[in-house]
Amino acid sequence: MNNDKKIKHHLSKDLLIRYSNGSLCEAFSLAVATHISMCDDCRAALESYEALGGALLDVSDPEEMSDDSFESLMALIEEQPDQTTQVSKRNASDVPSALSDYIGGSLKDIKWRPIGLGVKQSLLKTSGNSTARLLYIPAGTAVPHHSHNGNELTLVLKGAFEDEVARFGPGDVEMADEDLDHQPVAVEGEDCICLAVTDAPLKFHTFIHKFVQPFLKI
Amino acid sequence: MLKICDGIENPYSPSGNSSVSVPVHVTEMGLRILKENKGHDWEELLLMVSDNKDRVAFKQLFNHFAPRVKSFLMKAGADPTMAEECSQEAMATVWNKAKLFDPTRASASTWIFTIARNKRIDAIRKIRRPEPDELTWPDEIEPAQEEALELKQQSEILADAIQNLPEKQRQLVEKAFFKELSHSEIALETGLPLGTIKSRIRLALERLRHAMG
Repeated sequence: MNNDKKIKHHLSKDLLIRYSNGSLCEAFSLAVATHISMCDDCRAALESYEALGGALLDVSDPEEMSDDSFESLMALIEEQPDQTTQVSKRNASDVPSALSDYIGGSLKDIKWRPIGLGVKQSLLKTSGNSTARLLYIPAGTAVPHHSHNGNELTLVLKGAFEDEVARFGPGDVEMADEDLDHQPVAVEGEDCICLAVTDAPLKFHTFIHKFVQPFLKI
Repeated sequence: MLKICDGIENPYSPSGNSSVSVPVHVTEMGLRILKENKGHDWEELLLMVSDNKDRVAFKQLFNHFAPRVKSFLMKAGADPTMAEECSQEAMATVWNKAKLFDPTRASASTWIFTIARNKRIDAIRKIRRPEPDELTWPDEIEPAQEEALELKQQSEILADAIQNLPEKQRQLVEKAFFKELSHSEIALETGLPLGTIKSRIRLALERLRHAMG
């Protein structure tokens, strides 16, 4: 995956910190890991938070371990077969491996379900209350007007969309919260595929969308 | 297999030329680091584990980091028994994966922190852990010695800066980072007024930024 210098919209500090200390939920971690694979700036920021974590660990007050903990660990290590370190696997997909693990391959392998007006989605299986899904928006098409109960993160994988805030291209992240009421439109020329993560269901404004929301799980 | 205990009994080769015999050389180096360094050279010790499965070096790393990884896991919500078990497992990973440690990419404490963090996700939160793709470096670029040194100095400056923070500021930064408490949660936990917390954290971060140039 090439690092795209044109990425303009990045992850928030809060997300990076929570990813770096291991407290972020799975769905948002998936989006963070996918964006970092595409964005050198956020990778560098993550590494500096990890360095802060390391430095804090280094100077933190210790919790006493039981007396024989080292010896029992060495006994365990003796018993296990010699661990050979594996070479990291080559990623043959057109999306970062974090995401291809969830879709079982490349963008063409995604199993889409239509949700109306040409827009399609594919739910990804993640634990916890947050939801991760892929959205397919045909060029020039709008996703229904909606606001959110919680936070929504949208990461563009292919194509681009525009809404009231800005234009978002490949690798760009849009963070939306309760205050944002927006209508993303895929720009002309190329169909847009996004990874969208929410920590609360979206609120669609039309009656019909409210009605189908529980069934579509969006 | 290298027997460290023998090495400790007789760390010097008869010829006095330590560079010939590898196991003795390693142990001798381990002892030297133990004696000379007030602050330990954790990177050097990790490389000794990586190159020679040096147990003296590993014990030093364990004594320093295992109780701190335990402390990190307890701050993250694990009970003491679970935290101790996971800390041991994290140190087993340090032993097993020492070959993957690259001093040009991370300091020892940062590398061990990421292992502890991963243990938190795998063993305590028990969820999948999506990870970024590894950066692929072109083969012709050798990781430069200076890079490792620079990174090491940077991490030392950062650790020093944190260590030199007034105790109260350090604790607040720790709470904000490890327990990811919000300012108002910290206020609840510490009983300090919100304004005090905000200004202390701001001061602490300013000091850290200042120290990093």
